[in-house]
Amino acid sequence: MAMEMRLPVARKPLSERLGRDTKKHLVVPGDTITTDTGFMRGHGTYMGEEKLIASVAGSVERVNKLICVKALKTRYIGEVGDIVVGRITEVQQKRWKVETNSRLDSVLLLSSMNLPGGELRRRSAEDELAMRGFLQEGDLISAEVQAVFSDGAVSLHTRSLKYGKVSPSLVKRQKTHFHDLPCGASVILGNNGFIWIYPTPEHKEEEAGGFIANLEPVSLADREVISRLRNCIISLVTQRMMLYDTSILYCYEASLPHQIKDILKPEIMEEIVMETRQRLLEQEG
Amino acid sequence: MAGLELLSDQGYRVDGRRAGELRKIQARMGVFAQADGSAYIEQGNTKALAVVYGPHEIRGSRARALPDRALVNCQYSSATFSTGERKRRPHGDRKSCEMGLQLRQTFEAAILTQLHPRSQIDIYVLQADGGTYAACVNAATLAVLDAGIPMRDFVCACSAGFVDGTALADLSHVEEAAGGPQLALALLPASGQIALLEMDARLHEDHLERVLEAAAQAARDVHTLLDRVVRQHVREASILLGD
Repeated sequence: MAMEMRLPVARKPLSERLGRDTKKHLVVPGDTITTDTGFMRGHGTYMGEEKLIASVAGSVERVNKLICVKALKTRYIGEVGDIVVGRITEVQQKRWKVETNSRLDSVLLLSSMNLPGGELRRRSAEDELAMRGFLQEGDLISAEVQAVFSDGAVSLHTRSLKYGKVSPSLVKRQKTHFHDLPCGASVILGNNGFIWIYPTPEHKEEEAGGFIANLEPVSLADREVISRLRNCIISLVTQRMMLYDTSILYCYEASLPHQIKDILKPEIMEEIVMETRQRLLEQEG
Repeated sequence: MAGLELLSDQGYRVDGRRAGELRKIQARMGVFAQADGSAYIEQGNTKALAVVYGPHEIRGSRARALPDRALVNCQYSSATFSTGERKRRPHGDRKSCEMGLQLRQTFEAAILTQLHPRSQIDIYVLQADGGTYAACVNAATLAVLDAGIPMRDFVCACSAGFVDGTALADLSHVEEAAGGPQLALALLPASGQIALLEMDARLHEDHLERVLEAAAQAARDVHTLLDRVVRQHVREASILLGD
């Protein structure tokens, strides 16, 4: 078995190589943003002795009279209409608790869930008892945000046929977050930061409704595509680039000459992402 | 300790520093990708690593949830190879529990917990030797900032001692072991408010003012450094994200 050893070496931060600077107003907690009391305060700020003070480290955004500070990294904050990918953590009475990388777990009510067979009827007591048959702890689902509670917890629904248990035989339609990449895999980009990659099924029939779990083993070629995609996405994230289907696709193509496990090495990662950045700029300009 | 003078006649300490000088501090944010926030700090030879998870749903006993505030949970653990002699029990012993409790009190004062009801914030610190509390607090501050959890202000900490009528700032292990009075101070620099003040030894109250002032000044110096580190980190991330 071959082993690789790497020694630490000082590298120039990527921002220097990009050669540009930011025009944003950056703050750290404790900084005074303004002493003007005419502004309303938004996220990331608090009022202390007549001054507006930042409470997170990030950039200041000013929209008319509203000032807020956008932190570099936060947990997912739900908005109505977002698509999320989550994992079931608990099965409770009449609802499931879903972990979506947010501050509190989201809830998926039984009444918001598609029944197998696509029937539309009132949920009865037998449905409650059979909840565990639909979704168990540890299952992955894709869903849409229906409502946001006052403390920030999010309520999900899987009413449309394109949501439900994440599995290869989901009926797919070309919506913004569900992408079929030409390399043979499909991607669901959840707004909460979770991403689901799976092989594109060959058949696209219209299912009668509901969901079916497809558990056949995935072929080696598909698995290679999936691992390559995963490494590409990780390298994009490390270099802090936005994730959408075009950027993922370009990154995938740029990584083809390298071996899958080499993609995660820092210098190769930088090279691939630089190339991706360039192609995206060319496309826009 | 016989034969070892902590403060020479010319005003130099054992390691060559002046009375009010800090040890060299180096810090980095965002060391772990898996945690919500993480930071690593080196203060002289003391190295601390802090990792923050949250705010997230309270695991375990639901009964501990507070309806209007977040729960801050701190755990302190030091590596077995961190002290001069190999430590037997890395966590669960008295000192770790006490340190965890102190960290928790410090951060409950600084984190704006009202904004996240019914959630939990975990801080884990892994620490090696000499000037323990201060390095932990500084590392944890950076990690909490990295995680994007709203805080009132930075929390900067430093230790101070008193020898021969002079107050010393940022004690190293040798100076701590000498047995003089030691004071640990955690400060919110912008407002000058004290988050935690701890001392275990006897000190005459006439000297308290001076030692406190030395510790406060040292904490403010630490703040200048940490501030620079954070700004650099934010600036770099902001550039990469693009305008």
